[in-house]
Amino acid sequence: MSPGELICPAGTPAALRTAVDAGADAVYCGFQNATNARNFPGLNFTPDELAGAVAHAHSKASKVLLALNTYPPAGKVDLWRAAADTGARLGVDAFIVADMGVADYIARTYPDIRIHLSVQAAASSPEAIRYYCENFGVKRVVLPRILTIPEIRSIRKEIPCEIETFIFGNHGLMVEGRCSLTNYLTGQSTNMDGVCSPASDVEFVRHDDGTMSSRLAGFAIDCFGCGEKAGYPTICKGRYTVPHRSDAYYAFEEPVSLNLARLLPELIDAGVHAFKIEGRQRSKSYVRSVVSAFRAAVDDIRAGRPANITDLVALTEGQKQTQGAFATKKWR
Amino acid sequence: MAKLTLGPIAYHWSAETRRDFYARIADEAPLDEVYLGEVVCSKRAPFHEPDLPDTIERLERGGKKVILSSLAEVMLKRERKATEELVALESHEIEINNAAGLLARDKRPHRIGPFMNAYNEAAITWMAGRGARHVCLPTEMPAQSIRVAAQAARELGLGVEVQVFGRASLAVSARCYHARAHGRTKDNCQFVCELDAEGMPLSTVDGKPVLRVNGIQTQSESYVCLLAETGRLVADGVSHLRLMPQATDMVAVAQVFRAVLDGAMPGQEAGASLRDLCGAAPFSNGFYHGTAGHEFVAEVR
Repeated sequence: MSPGELICPAGTPAALRTAVDAGADAVYCGFQNATNARNFPGLNFTPDELAGAVAHAHSKASKVLLALNTYPPAGKVDLWRAAADTGARLGVDAFIVADMGVADYIARTYPDIRIHLSVQAAASSPEAIRYYCENFGVKRVVLPRILTIPEIRSIRKEIPCEIETFIFGNHGLMVEGRCSLTNYLTGQSTNMDGVCSPASDVEFVRHDDGTMSSRLAGFAIDCFGCGEKAGYPTICKGRYTVPHRSDAYYAFEEPVSLNLARLLPELIDAGVHAFKIEGRQRSKSYVRSVVSAFRAAVDDIRAGRPANITDLVALTEGQKQTQGAFATKKWR
Repeated sequence: MAKLTLGPIAYHWSAETRRDFYARIADEAPLDEVYLGEVVCSKRAPFHEPDLPDTIERLERGGKKVILSSLAEVMLKRERKATEELVALESHEIEINNAAGLLARDKRPHRIGPFMNAYNEAAITWMAGRGARHVCLPTEMPAQSIRVAAQAARELGLGVEVQVFGRASLAVSARCYHARAHGRTKDNCQFVCELDAEGMPLSTVDGKPVLRVNGIQTQSESYVCLLAETGRLVADGVSHLRLMPQATDMVAVAQVFRAVLDGAMPGQEAGASLRDLCGAAPFSNGFYHGTAGHEFVAEVR
């Protein structure tokens, strides 16, 4: 049976301790630079902080996965190599990587440390996954959020590594690692700088009629009426107009978050080895409540007890939820 | 001498439009190499695949080398099969756009497409060791990284390509946004993407055109235009300059780029000619100059 490992976000040392104490089997985190895909101000770890984090996690039998999952632009590869060297020295349990050059370096230099293939590598077929397994010894693939459960079940039978899927949190719309939308509008790259719709480029503008628009680098991403709560201007969650429709609409997706609580038993049965909770940018209290609730649910399901799914569904209260591509092909 | 190439058509143009398009390209365009094949959506391929042998023959008779490009997204059985068949080909060079194609092609010669994320010298060195002979760099790469990547690739004996004209691919998704805009899903899309020869324009809520939807792909509203930068690109080691097909006179576009490469047309005149050919589409070169991709930076001389 799938161990149903819970892989939890650690944006800060405090969040890491919280996640570990709430029952995370593993936490994932990154350094304070472009080497990880959540290179946001105020987030991530110094090498000293990571050393403390590894010690705390290991004392609770929890693992630390280091995200080195961006793509180094030519001329800057040394920063990623140095991050891998530091991670190895501090005893991380696995590297989460996307770039073939970074994967090759780690596979050659640290053959005893596990490599997990980041969702940023966008490996969505057995052939792509096997390529990374055979060439870099990848032990686990984090699947893109674009597959149905029957498709995941079928991939499982054709690959030699573990599968990790997202179960909760922000719902990325574009194939990860192939999106330059942020760079197009702001000049900062998701792939090369680890930045997505950066807060430094965000502004909310109140208009005379009481409406408010949210902007990214001067581009209006959405507009909200007086009674509406203004959302964060993520490009793929904005409203746009097209010639054949009269009103602005969510061209890519509504501002929903992913919650696969109800599908958890099915995902465990499909052989998913580990479940990733998104949210390195989230608060300690968020991490505590989400990790504890999923810990209880996974333990119940694995013990054959009915899980209290209602608690998990309530976690996103006030925000719309989706099961995305996992439940039905019609999502596509 | 740098080569001028034509990338694969990103849009769902009808079979007839494609036949006419490639007939003119074959006979009149000063291009060295042409990439063919459906890269964006596997559902479209059956519409134009029957014409492929004739198109290849026509282009080759016109003195163009033909390279066949693979799908950027490989998830479904038919996408896996299409990729498998393409990478089995020995008759033509192939360009791989998804790691699914690398597994079976391993150690045999191939090109790396712009969707493969060849961002740096380490990745390019790895790819070269597995049979890559040519690499098209990601469209968002800035000049100083292009230079480092190109020099590393040339030392390994690889060709290096950069997109210098046409809308940039900014994202791909499993979901079809063309179908969504018409209240449909990908499985029952009824090929609504054929309505928009250059993608469906998306404007911001305050009326500013910003993106283009092309099925599962999101493109830039602006045409990437690195006409003034061709000299620097070539000096930095870029061996192939890629034009992406737009619904404009691509023969004339190719002639302008050719003339600039040959030193036969002054930059200012070339820029004005290209401007005239491209209607209302804004030009951008921000990615190259390390600023927001949509921006156009006048070349400082």
